[in-house]
Amino acid sequence: MTQTPDPITASQGHRLRALMLQYGGILLALVLLCVIFTALNGRFMTVANLTNILQQVAVVAIAAFGMTWVILLGEIDLSIGSIIAVAGMVGALALGFGFVPALLLTLAAGALMGAINGVLTAKLMLPSFIVTVATMGIYRGLVSLPTNGAPAMIADPAWLAIGAGTFLGLPIIIWIVLVLFVFNHILLSRTTFGRRTYLTGGNREAALYSGIKVDRLKIAIFTLSGVMAAVAGILLSSRLYSAQTNAGMSYELDAIAAAVLGGTSLAGGVGTMVGTLIGALIIGVMNNGMNMLSVPYFYQLIVKGLVILIAVWLDVRAKQRRA
Amino acid sequence: MSEADRTVLSMRDVKKNFGPVAALKNMRLEVRPGRVHTILGENGAGKSTLMKILVGVHPPTEGRMELDGQPYLPQNPTEASQRGLAIVFQELSLCNNLSVAENIMATHEPARYGFINDRKLRQQAAELVANLGLPVNVDAKVGQLSIAQRQLVEIAKGLSHPAKVLILDEPTSSLSDSEAEILFGIIARLKARGTAIIYISHRMEEIMRLSDDITVIRDGEYVTTRAREDTTIEELIALMVGRRMDEIYPPALEPLPGLSTAPVLQVSGLTRAGEFDDVTFDLCPGEIHGFFGLVGSGRSEVMSALFGMREAQGEIRVDGRAVRFRNAADAIKAGIGFVTENRKEEGLVLGAALRTNISAAAIPAFTGRAGFMNFGAERRAALAEVQRLAIRTNSLDTLAGTLSGGNQQKVVLAKWLLTRPRVLILDEPTRGVDVGAKFEIYRIIRQLASEGTAILMVSSELPEVLGLADRVSIMAGGRITATVAGTDLTPERVMAYATGTLK
Ligand SMILES: Nc1ncnc2c1ncn2[C@@H]1O[C@H](COP(=O)(O)OP(=O)(O)OP(=O)(O)O)[C@@H](O)[C@H]1O
Ligand SMILES: [Mg+2]
Repeated sequence: MTQTPDPITASQGHRLRALMLQYGGILLALVLLCVIFTALNGRFMTVANLTNILQQVAVVAIAAFGMTWVILLGEIDLSIGSIIAVAGMVGALALGFGFVPALLLTLAAGALMGAINGVLTAKLMLPSFIVTVATMGIYRGLVSLPTNGAPAMIADPAWLAIGAGTFLGLPIIIWIVLVLFVFNHILLSRTTFGRRTYLTGGNREAALYSGIKVDRLKIAIFTLSGVMAAVAGILLSSRLYSAQTNAGMSYELDAIAAAVLGGTSLAGGVGTMVGTLIGALIIGVMNNGMNMLSVPYFYQLIVKGLVILIAVWLDVRAKQRRA
Repeated sequence: MSEADRTVLSMRDVKKNFGPVAALKNMRLEVRPGRVHTILGENGAGKSTLMKILVGVHPPTEGRMELDGQPYLPQNPTEASQRGLAIVFQELSLCNNLSVAENIMATHEPARYGFINDRKLRQQAAELVANLGLPVNVDAKVGQLSIAQRQLVEIAKGLSHPAKVLILDEPTSSLSDSEAEILFGIIARLKARGTAIIYISHRMEEIMRLSDDITVIRDGEYVTTRAREDTTIEELIALMVGRRMDEIYPPALEPLPGLSTAPVLQVSGLTRAGEFDDVTFDLCPGEIHGFFGLVGSGRSEVMSALFGMREAQGEIRVDGRAVRFRNAADAIKAGIGFVTENRKEEGLVLGAALRTNISAAAIPAFTGRAGFMNFGAERRAALAEVQRLAIRTNSLDTLAGTLSGGNQQKVVLAKWLLTRPRVLILDEPTRGVDVGAKFEIYRIIRQLASEGTAILMVSSELPEVLGLADRVSIMAGGRITATVAGTDLTPERVMAYATGTLK
């Protein structure tokens, strides 16, 4: 085939503008927050603290990657906070079999819990909101069964190195976030799996008629979300040196907030991993900055809620005006 | 000055830009009471945009409008409706989860202290529907209605409060002749009462029959306004597309040599309780087989069963082998394509790019190594289809939802052409498509047939079915009542079978 010039594909300049249109508002919000915290506290803008933020944000960011997939489909997964806790517990107990078996068992447990969400949603045609509210409770209850509610301490050096070690000068935990970001980003933006997700989230009926096996896709995505939550659970238990029964409590809300801040539409079909990563960073910066300023916890909740509202409102308004 | 010479609504120098896209450049319009004023233009010419400006959905970028001699610039549809404008939108905008009555009375429900009086609401809606003579049940859920019935509900909704100016944007595109007649009767009555009607359609015969004045627009620009008596269909088409068109249906092409004559699709005894019964027919490569029937005769339901989207008893054979499709993926794999009837619901992902929509049913063809999308091949293929169907857009990344109605229809067609099907099911393939583009689509259908694609065509436009099909099966009440071909293929005979006067 001869290469004819393609008159109706976007030019490079056009792409850059589209990128700014997409992320400009949210990046501005991130920069603004950094400027404010730097002005209020000189120690905010230090390498040590920025690394700290990244470490703190890791658990939420990874959970939010999984949540982004689910929201893109037009569904929701409220059980990931509980999956984080179960994963930590499974890991802590399975460490008796050695590090690698524990790792695999934990990931498998996450996959299983996610798959259960997916099967109930897809095959029984129950709304995912209901399904995952129910499993949120069930999984949270399961955590306490083996230890009767007591935390399980972790002493395995390899497990603890995940949260505390460094590799090539960067904390391992940050490497994990980066690798999972790249993995999810490529899976979403470059593969047919990602394409099918966008189509199904955009219009389920049209996706069915286009030959997409929507049920299978749904189960796969809830499973993926469960695995991401399990990874988040491993990181958290490693940083806490233990599996706690209340670990990851309400993390699903932070994950949803990160995805939505990043421009993921709760109606489905719109969103990116880049956006979610920025959204997670905003949440991390807010938590860290306010902790440094010793803002009381209840004020932090109020401020966080307000910032999320304002950011999403600004974003929506900007997109409407340009449309 | 006599009443008929008075201008009720006028617009001058109206411009509308959507970002870099200039949808309207220089529009002007004068509408008089008691007359039907048709706006004629190709797909994407700017007709719907113009109407949306009139009812306050979009603000104009520039320009002046007057209503009854007063400046007029509605900020939103509510204001437009208070000033006396009513509209029936081109794209259906009903709530599928609500009843017909609730949809018709939406925004002006009979209520006290915010509590809706359900009985009164139902009664008012029923009265309205009865007065209009529309065959719809006001208690039915809109989601369960056929597209034609939804269109009738949409019309009732537009007429649910009195208006000085009524806008009808392609109200007949999904109606069959008998339902269209009901609408024409309504229009005549409104006209007699002095309502000004702005009418949009791509059906030329209908335009000549209904209109008093006709304004032609091209590429967002005003071309001319003619009185109906002073013009002809040929002249209007020439004004609209910028060239003459001598025929509407392209001639059949010689089939390529070596086409197999064995049926590619054999359907026998296909039955689904309450929808269709004992449907049996064969389809050969290169054949165009029409399915005609009144609304509710079960045509679309049969097609969706053939495509694996509905379970049904009976036997389907492809190339002589019995098949059982569990879903659309199976049907697509077997070489079946399905241009669905309702582009907004089953056809398109409106919030996704043009390119994404066009390749949606052919994703396996663009799958590279390890499940990666082959974006280059996808772009090239989508571009080829965009050019073949002359889809009006400036980028493959345009969101499908921002295309004009006719261009959206072409995208659905493009999507299925791209799967290179051996059996192509077309359900109302030219809904809302302009005359020039219709000819182009007919030419493509002929071309596919000559290359050996077997085509099943469902259409409510009888001339279209007669103009293209080699054989026509007529459905009534869920059964095939007759299959006619050759010299028997006359409008009278087909209608007689469809309405049940011939058996
Ligand atoms: N919201 C929007 N954003 C961007 N472009 C738009 C939008 N709405 C319409 N357009 C563009 O404006 C042009 C005119 O569209 P319009 O819907 O008015 O055409 P039309 O004459 O009604 O065509 P049809 O006969 O197909 O219904 C098209 O090129 C369309 O893509
Ligand atoms: Mg239109």
